[in-house]
Amino acid sequence: MSRVILHVDANCFYASVECLYRPELKGKPVAVCGDPAARHGIVLTANYPAKKCGVHVGQAVWQALQLCPELVTVAPDYGLYTHFSALMRNIWLDYSDRVEAFGLDESWIDVSRPDMTVAKGVRLADEIRERVKRELGITVSIGVAENKVFAKLGSDMKKPDGTTGIYPETFREKIWPLPANELLYVGKSTTSSLRRLGILTIGDLARADSRVLKGALGKNGLLLQAFALGLDASPVMKAEHNAVVKSVGNSTTTCRDIATVDDARCVFFLLAESVAARMREQGLKGRCISISIRETNLSRASCQMMLPSPTFLTDDLIHGACTLFEQNFPHRLPLRSVGLSCSHLTPADAPRQMSFCGDEKRILQREKLDAAVDDLRRRYGHNIIQRGNVVGDKDFSLLSPKEENTIHPVPFFAG
Amino acid sequence: MAKEYVKVRADFLPDGQIRPLMFRKEDGEKVIIDRVLDVRPAPALKAGGQGVRYVCRAEERIYYLFLDRERWFVEEE
Repeated sequence: MSRVILHVDANCFYASVECLYRPELKGKPVAVCGDPAARHGIVLTANYPAKKCGVHVGQAVWQALQLCPELVTVAPDYGLYTHFSALMRNIWLDYSDRVEAFGLDESWIDVSRPDMTVAKGVRLADEIRERVKRELGITVSIGVAENKVFAKLGSDMKKPDGTTGIYPETFREKIWPLPANELLYVGKSTTSSLRRLGILTIGDLARADSRVLKGALGKNGLLLQAFALGLDASPVMKAEHNAVVKSVGNSTTTCRDIATVDDARCVFFLLAESVAARMREQGLKGRCISISIRETNLSRASCQMMLPSPTFLTDDLIHGACTLFEQNFPHRLPLRSVGLSCSHLTPADAPRQMSFCGDEKRILQREKLDAAVDDLRRRYGHNIIQRGNVVGDKDFSLLSPKEENTIHPVPFFAG
Repeated sequence: MAKEYVKVRADFLPDGQIRPLMFRKEDGEKVIIDRVLDVRPAPALKAGGQGVRYVCRAEERIYYLFLDRERWFVEEE
């Protein structure tokens, strides 16, 4: 039985929701932007009138305003977007229990059943589009295909509010002329590697010699070629699979550059507190600590280390993050942002091998201390208790990364 | 049209449904609902927003009462 998969993409999601809640913005160019004062001043989403003026995602707010002086900028309301995302998801679940979210505004829905075809999938997608418009007041574009990769390409073809079917008989004419970088997982560096091989379109990729692709891109080259040939067999994860967490992390762009090792330590203290608190909240311990940095010229780097045993103690994360930083990155200061994450997760209540040499008493004491801090913060807010070295720095002490909820798409191969 | 959040009195039925009985507008005017004609999720295109829309008849007029998460607002026809 061949599969039929829908990929639903909410058009200009954040901006559409904002316009729905503020009818006075109707017809005006609108961009949802981060806070320029906190140096998050980039366009997160722009509506179609703004896009017509050249405003696009990722642009600095000042550049967007230069292109479009009448642009209305709106601060993001993630609580509202998460609510809308849940409303959409409830609609998808009426059609299938195999729904996989890709960020807040995109989802795959596997509607396969014995009598289902792409043509029938297109009719179903039209029904879903109308329902979203009628019930939620926003529009979505839907791609219908036999695999996830083509369905995603399809949802990009008719915007706003359109359905595109990618039929097995005609996908070559529709998909192969598209530029290779439109394919999922073909980013900037893969595009330039492909270009060096003379591969410009998805069709070029499909027809390329697989040995050459493997030589240039390794296993990923073969994977991308399979995508281009319509051979992507990755399943749509069932609803509950999205809950599988592979890592817990936080990153922050600080109000001012991180100029000294002490500044960096201070920010890692805050991030470690947030990450460790979330791990405790979710009942997880992790064994691998990773830190990432972003320099003022926006170049990135990261490194990681394994711990002897899984932990969710704030102190262990702080120690790991600061050690990694001091060993690898002091020469790269000043920095614009840093991140910390913990992976190789295990349930916190899993049996643990105790050590004769380790300080078991200290671990128990620290666990009690962290639990007390969590409880204080739950009852009285994050800033009720702070670390001494953080209090002195006004720019950093106001950061509360745990409460500043950032939402990133889950990886394609999650689970 | 300005969005007007209102104070609502409602019955919470054993099956989980909510049936609004009356609401009080910002100016203090009390509106007693005669009948709920329709209930469904819908956008509030005039007032702005979205929620569960209760089409209510009260004193020969139609009111669109919306429950958006925990708050109620009204849109007059």
